[in-house]
Amino acid sequence: MVQRINLKVNGENRQVEAPARRLLVDLLRYDLGLTGTKEGCSVGVCGACTVLVDGEMVASCITLAAAVEGSEVTTIEGLAEDGRLHPVQQAFIDYGGFQCGICTPGQVMAAKALLDENPQPTEEEVRDWMMGNLCRCTGYYKILESVVAAMSPAASHEGGDGN
Amino acid sequence: MIDFEFHQATALDHAFSLLADYGDDARLMSGGTALVLQMKQRFSQPGHVIGLRRIPGLDAIEETEDGNIRIGGLCTQRQVENHPLVSERLPLVAGAYRHVATPRIRNMATVGGGLAHGDPNQDPPPSLIALGASIVLSSANGGQRIVPAEELFVDYFETDVRPGEIITGLVVPPAPNGAGTAYLKFLPRTADDYATVSVAAVVTPDGLGNCGDIRIVLGSVGLTPIRATAAEDALRGQPLTDEAIREAAATVQDAVDPLDDHRGSAEYKREMAEVFTRRAVRQAMTNAGMV
Ligand SMILES: Cc1cc2nc3c(=O)[nH]c(=O)nc-3n(C[C@H](O)[C@H](O)[C@H](O)COP(=O)(O)OP(=O)(O)OC[C@H]3O[C@@H](n4cnc5c(N)ncnc54)[C@H](O)[C@@H]3O)c2cc1C
Ligand code: FES
Ligand code: FES
Repeated sequence: MVQRINLKVNGENRQVEAPARRLLVDLLRYDLGLTGTKEGCSVGVCGACTVLVDGEMVASCITLAAAVEGSEVTTIEGLAEDGRLHPVQQAFIDYGGFQCGICTPGQVMAAKALLDENPQPTEEEVRDWMMGNLCRCTGYYKILESVVAAMSPAASHEGGDGN
Repeated sequence: MIDFEFHQATALDHAFSLLADYGDDARLMSGGTALVLQMKQRFSQPGHVIGLRRIPGLDAIEETEDGNIRIGGLCTQRQVENHPLVSERLPLVAGAYRHVATPRIRNMATVGGGLAHGDPNQDPPPSLIALGASIVLSSANGGQRIVPAEELFVDYFETDVRPGEIITGLVVPPAPNGAGTAYLKFLPRTADDYATVSVAAVVTPDGLGNCGDIRIVLGSVGLTPIRATAAEDALRGQPLTDEAIREAAATVQDAVDPLDDHRGSAEYKREMAEVFTRRAVRQAMTNAGMV
């Protein structure tokens, strides 16, 4: 049965008609065309599909869109402001935190969720948190460096954006 | 995935009336981390899914008058691991929830959904059983049943939650004064995996430095969590010498009934159950200041 699903996605109110079985990752990618969010394992293990729902990080591949009706959803497309990358995004560029890039939107969203909740995590806390985001290119040290670098406010000014 | 109708319950009574309307064709959903996967894999094919997460008032963590900690059924597992009352009064429980999967799954998964899932490989049940926790099951018209955690798990993915019931709370008594606790999860593959073997132990010294009381509960080694009663009986009232612990832990091999799977052969798990029982008892003794 098709139902109407209202969500505020990256600050914009969106309404989608979809069956109850529609997963959040599919609603974002196919109904809204927000293909920045990736799908890897489809079973909640890899973290590629990470988005924030009302500020909390979730796996959108095992989230029913209908179950989060009315929520605010933040995806990778919602991080940059006025063309300026989010400090986490900038840090991933500056510190080479990705290779093929498939896992990157999930890594960046997970790192943002961590820093929103705990702005100065220890390296141990970063490792613990990011453990659930897998990378087939295995650039884990670079990812860790990027997240640690994003903690300092300077990260958003270091190179990359042409300054 | 299968097709179904989704109903967002906005109050407990609303959920009970939806359960009454759709009966066997309905499934409850809290975090959905288990149910959505089961529906994707067609293990579960309900015509109606009743969402519980929007029901207010079921996500509090508080101390009861008799000093127990009451955890609302809709608390997320991360809420439990991070709550100061839980980390201070129930470090065993905070640690057990922290071992579940990844922070992302713990953000979504709830206490009630986790208990009702009834997978013997889950992390929280052994510690909850070892502490003597109870589950609060609510039903229509104010009905309520309290079931000891030890009796909740009746078979493989089968619990004592009856049709029409919703898990609304979990009540956990802190470990006895002076007790030491430990939860060990053996993870030979990856840090976010389910356990190959897990053991929770609570050791309470008597005034003489012997074992006054002891609880040992294992996960991932049978169709349900398993309490190692023979090992407990062998140690209760005794001095906890290395030899006594070794002998008691050896009895665990007969108590468990593991399955062969990609986390290890039944034989290997049986041996590891003994090894990790020994280690968990020693760790609990260390935490009690006995060694
Ligand atoms: C990738 C992944 C890794 C995992 N790794 C681990 C691990 O290492 N250790 C571990 O312990 N667990 C692990 N889990 C399992 C996890 O613990 C469960 O999926 C979770 O606890 C279920 O909680 P939920 O709220 O999402 O339940 P749901 O999926 O919403 O529901 C689970 C079951 O309970 C029923 N139900 C839901 N809420 C209630 C209620 N209040 N009252 C009665 N019945 C209810 C549902 O109908 C369903 O049958 C993992 C899960 C995933 C997806
Ligand atoms: S695609 Fe969702 S966790 Fe892997
Ligand atoms: S950068 Fe390729 S999978 Fe992570």
